Amino acid sequence: MGRSRTSRTLLTVLALAVALLWAFPVYWMLNSAFLPNVVLQSTTPTFLPFGGSVDNFRVVVTDPAFVQALAVSLVVTLTTVVAALIVAFLGALAISRFRFRGRASFVVALLLIQMLPAEGLFIAQYKMMSSLGLLNRSLGLAVLYTAAVVPFTIWMLRGFVAGVPADLEEAAMVDGLSRTRAFLKITFPLLAPGLVASGVYAFLQAWNEFTVALVVMTEEQARTLPLWLRGFVQASASRETDWGQVMAASTLVALPVIVFFLIVQGRMSSGLVGGAVKG
Amino acid sequence: MSTTPAVGAPPAGRRGAGTPRQDRPTRPGGRRLPLLLILPTLVLLVVALGYPIGWQLVTSFREFGLMQQFGAPPAWVGLDNYRSLVTDPELWQVVVRSLVFCVVTAVLTVLVGGALAILMNALDRLPRLVLQVSLLLAWAMPVVASMTVWIWIVDWRRGLLNWLLTRVGVEAAQGHNWLSQPLSFLAVACVIVVWMSVPFVALSIYAGLTQVSAEVIEAATIDGASFLQRLRHIILPLIAPVLSIVILLQLIWDLRVFTQIKVLQDAGSVANETNLLGTYVYQLGTGKGDFGSASAVSVFMLVLTVALSWYYVRSLMKEDS
Repeated sequence: MGRSRTSRTLLTVLALAVALLWAFPVYWMLNSAFLPNVVLQSTTPTFLPFGGSVDNFRVVVTDPAFVQALAVSLVVTLTTVVAALIVAFLGALAISRFRFRGRASFVVALLLIQMLPAEGLFIAQYKMMSSLGLLNRSLGLAVLYTAAVVPFTIWMLRGFVAGVPADLEEAAMVDGLSRTRAFLKITFPLLAPGLVASGVYAFLQAWNEFTVALVVMTEEQARTLPLWLRGFVQASASRETDWGQVMAASTLVALPVIVFFLIVQGRMSSGLVGGAVKG
Repeated sequence: MSTTPAVGAPPAGRRGAGTPRQDRPTRPGGRRLPLLLILPTLVLLVVALGYPIGWQLVTSFREFGLMQQFGAPPAWVGLDNYRSLVTDPELWQVVVRSLVFCVVTAVLTVLVGGALAILMNALDRLPRLVLQVSLLLAWAMPVVASMTVWIWIVDWRRGLLNWLLTRVGVEAAQGHNWLSQPLSFLAVACVIVVWMSVPFVALSIYAGLTQVSAEVIEAATIDGASFLQRLRHIILPLIAPVLSIVILLQLIWDLRVFTQIKVLQDAGSVANETNLLGTYVYQLGTGKGDFGSASAVSVFMLVLTVALSWYYVRSLMKEDS
């Protein structure tokens, strides 16, 4: 192709500039997290964390409020992941292996439900949780989260389940394995990547969720990590904030997410745009 | 050897009873099995989503304020909640503000995302990888963590933005609080939302672009088509399906934007003048305790979302069948 050298260099420079711009907030978070407040308070910003320390992280990690929020987040997230995987796996099995009456409406309902905004529901969910006595309870939040992630999880999993040929299982049964054993020995291992991808999806949703948690977890002790992080922002409105600590806190919340996200990203986006892009 | 039957086999395919997949429902108990499998999903969705939607619909026709929260029976008021909302200038301001915010943000996101996709397509391998990793990093950030960083960047006392602007000669930027004025508040929110949404859009459109065959483009170039002509007559029609889905998703997501606005408001702004639909419902419900009106606005949001989602769901269904 006759693209000239200069135009290619220009494009590369442009791409690097955009890359820098987009990653900058993430870098700025890390950078500030390592800098002491004295440095951050100066009128000129410091762009490299030289001479920085992990003091901010130490302060955050030893803060009892952080530990409590971490515990709540872990319980809610893990409950959601396990429950969502079980429920969604059964659902995915139904829609990818069976043709049954109402199947099409079930799938349409799932896809529509997946689009419903939490913001259009949270008042009613608050009311329901409060009348069930589940306000500020991890279980209540996990139930709401599971319901929120199950539709898309089924959608993601159904491709994996359909990808495992039923013949294979049947063949194993012919060879004398029981239906359950054939499933456990043959189908399940083949499904593992799908389960991992969907599990990570559920994890990300539950770990990051803010809206429903804000409404349902009203007490200080029941706060999840995003709510705890928001507490810093609220405080910054009225007084000087130790931004180094806030950034260290944000980094701690973001780190597992970034790692998991990079694992599962491809699957998630192909589920969202569906057949419009054939991967 | 039997091959795996096509997923979308027509009902007539039932006669081919040799194919294992269609065999199953006729197996003893097989008819009930799929229903049993979707039962947990159904129960969960009905309890956690169906019931609240129903409650909300009912409550939107009732007077449900602070008195009712403390035990007074909610009275039926018919369409009163809707009527008072429709005649309330504040609601219309919120609706118009939300729609404008949604359209502006979605359009900007798709334009920037599309431009980056075209850029990626034209790049060599290494710079493209760098750009993709950078976009993925931004995409991976949890919303609230991103918000704290952005609030730190636009902080009026020591934020990077004001320092930069002052450096390049905008003296007025020193100590300027961007979040105190509704317009600049929403502009900041728009920039943040665009920043977080562009990666998904750019990578999806890029995935669509890679499907456009290089030979076709080359042939058109040889025939003398300019870049814009190629874009309009070859590339756009070919990536139209991705583009329409991405635009639609963006509109839906930007209409319901809540976390970003709420957290920005927490950082110090006048909530009344910066409310979008989500934060407005929140304020009506938890702030004023007016569940009747909050439910009515929620119902409006749900109906709007379902209407917008319909096309999206249909296009996904096509893939399924």
